Amino acid sequence: MRLVEQIGEWFDQRLQLAGQIRVVMAHPVPRETASWWYVFGSAALTVFLFQIATGILLALVYVPSAGEAWNSLQTLNHQIALGWFIRALHGWGSNFMLAIVVIHMLQVFLFGAYKFPRELTWIIGVFLLLMTFGMAFTGQVLRFDQDAYWGLGIGASIASRVPVLGPVLVKLLLGGPIIAGATLSRFFALHVFVIPGLLIAFVGLHVLMVLTLGVNEWPMPGRVVRRSTYVREYHELTAKDGVPFVPHAIWKDIVFSGLILLSIAACAVLLGPFGPGGQPDPTIIQTAPRPDTFFLWIYAVLSYLPPAAETPILLVGPAIGILVLLALPFVAGEGEKSWKRRPIAVLVILLMAVVFGTLTHLGEHTPWSPLMDAWSSEPVPAEYLRGRTPLQHEGALIFQAKQCHNCHSLGGQGGKRGPELDRVAVRLTPDQLVRQVIQGGGNMPAYGKNLSPAETTALVEFLETLHPAGQAPARALTQVGLEKP
Amino acid sequence: MTRSDTATRRGFLVKLGLLFNGAVGFALSIPIVRYVLSPVSGQSKPGYNSWLSLGSLDQFPTGQTRLASYRNPVVNSWDGQTAEIACWVRNLDGEKFQVFAINCAHLGCPVRWFPQSGLFMCPCHGGAYYQDGSRASGPPERGLFEYPYKIEERKLFIHAGEMPTPGPSANNSKGTSACV
Repeated sequence: MRLVEQIGEWFDQRLQLAGQIRVVMAHPVPRETASWWYVFGSAALTVFLFQIATGILLALVYVPSAGEAWNSLQTLNHQIALGWFIRALHGWGSNFMLAIVVIHMLQVFLFGAYKFPRELTWIIGVFLLLMTFGMAFTGQVLRFDQDAYWGLGIGASIASRVPVLGPVLVKLLLGGPIIAGATLSRFFALHVFVIPGLLIAFVGLHVLMVLTLGVNEWPMPGRVVRRSTYVREYHELTAKDGVPFVPHAIWKDIVFSGLILLSIAACAVLLGPFGPGGQPDPTIIQTAPRPDTFFLWIYAVLSYLPPAAETPILLVGPAIGILVLLALPFVAGEGEKSWKRRPIAVLVILLMAVVFGTLTHLGEHTPWSPLMDAWSSEPVPAEYLRGRTPLQHEGALIFQAKQCHNCHSLGGQGGKRGPELDRVAVRLTPDQLVRQVIQGGGNMPAYGKNLSPAETTALVEFLETLHPAGQAPARALTQVGLEKP
Repeated sequence: MTRSDTATRRGFLVKLGLLFNGAVGFALSIPIVRYVLSPVSGQSKPGYNSWLSLGSLDQFPTGQTRLASYRNPVVNSWDGQTAEIACWVRNLDGEKFQVFAINCAHLGCPVRWFPQSGLFMCPCHGGAYYQDGSRASGPPERGLFEYPYKIEERKLFIHAGEMPTPGPSANNSKGTSACV
């Protein structure tokens, strides 16, 4: 024991760090902040370090070359002992990191921790959030499969819409005229050197500021932040009712970080690594590219924006969102911290949760996309064919053969791009059906050139049978008039 | 020599040193910026696009639309499969052709041809195009990208080499009407 102390002293005589570390460990924090609500920041830091470690382990094998990356991932998954596990740890670590960073941000927002004097801590946090998303996107590219390839195409297509600079940005993004080796190399550089380097620097600043400015006190209704008095009040609070950071507050951080690492490991063991999906071969077009979970909401937005509004919203929307986040501590730098006195803040979070939750859910189900193989894999329900005339049967065949089923569902099966057709005869008269089929309209292509008059007649005959048993099909007013007498 | 003199002289030397470093830094930044911008400047001369053969005309029956692929003219040995680019070739009447980029004009996903319904459909965000490449429905603001083509010795050639994107650059490569 004496020897250990001597060695420690030898080092500290030269490093001169022990004194400063002791000060940091003993610095008083408000008693209520030794809470389970205050563990997310440290957990994000832990997962970040974990990602660095697992990332280095993957880099021992991964080949950042367009021709070899996919093969090296297969080797990791199947040939190298526990290579799949390291990939799974890194992939799940990424999901956990994004989730924890977002939760940390929500907690900081709800607790008013972005207010004076912690504005810069918040601003650096916003950049850390953006960089974390940047890591997730570039990491998804390094998993160089079909989704990564076409995801890059989407990125390039968005970049191309920037006025004037668009073509230049596309070339800089891709590193050349097409998505190829140069593209993967630069995303490798971003994912492994550039963004992590920035992250380390910014995380260092972020943590340093938390230590020097002090942990945000538990918000109490009525305890209002004023620039003139806050620092004095905070020091009075910690002096009167503070507890040393170590061990009073930190034990919860340590336990929670351990739980998170255990959860990542459990997910990795039970659910395995992510992909890689199909080979990044652009001539294999039988693919429906999808982004990772945390980007599904963007996927949904891109599908639902009206064409004319898409480019301005795509280019201006993110800038406005980031500006709002950056401006927040300047607009609301003083005042109440407690969520009990900030109903709009709470409503904003609920609204965002509903919006992002709904968009992500839609992104998982992609109702806007034709179901590419429904026409050959989903039959017309048998009850829609029983007791029908030969012409109506022919119409059902045309319904399948002309891929109507890819966009329209029958009996709940098929695409969701267009309206379901189980009751279409109640909504549209025969003439309206003919016109809709031939001319299209709404979101439907016109089929006039691809259906002979006989085919159109048969198809509409079939569609005419699609109505509930007790409900008559729609008829034009003129026809009703003719039938009555 | 007084103290303030020393301070002034030392201060001057520090400023001179900073200026010297700034000058060297600026000089170094020129080649670095040129290196970083090389993907952009590589386009100017001789350019990324060139005439590429899609093979014999016999592969493209009259009245049909077929998938073809070509090797991108600008490649590196480590590009692997990504250097192979697909496109759709429509033979109108044996003389007139249309060659469409595989990339959807919305956000670049690979469109698929459905001969039965005469439509190109995109699997990503639901764009659809008619057989002549014009927009049918969905989020795209325009029709499919077309490559200029020419026929020499019963072979089909297209002018290609860059990924088409919906931004302003793509509008330049759209001008195929002169060739058709």
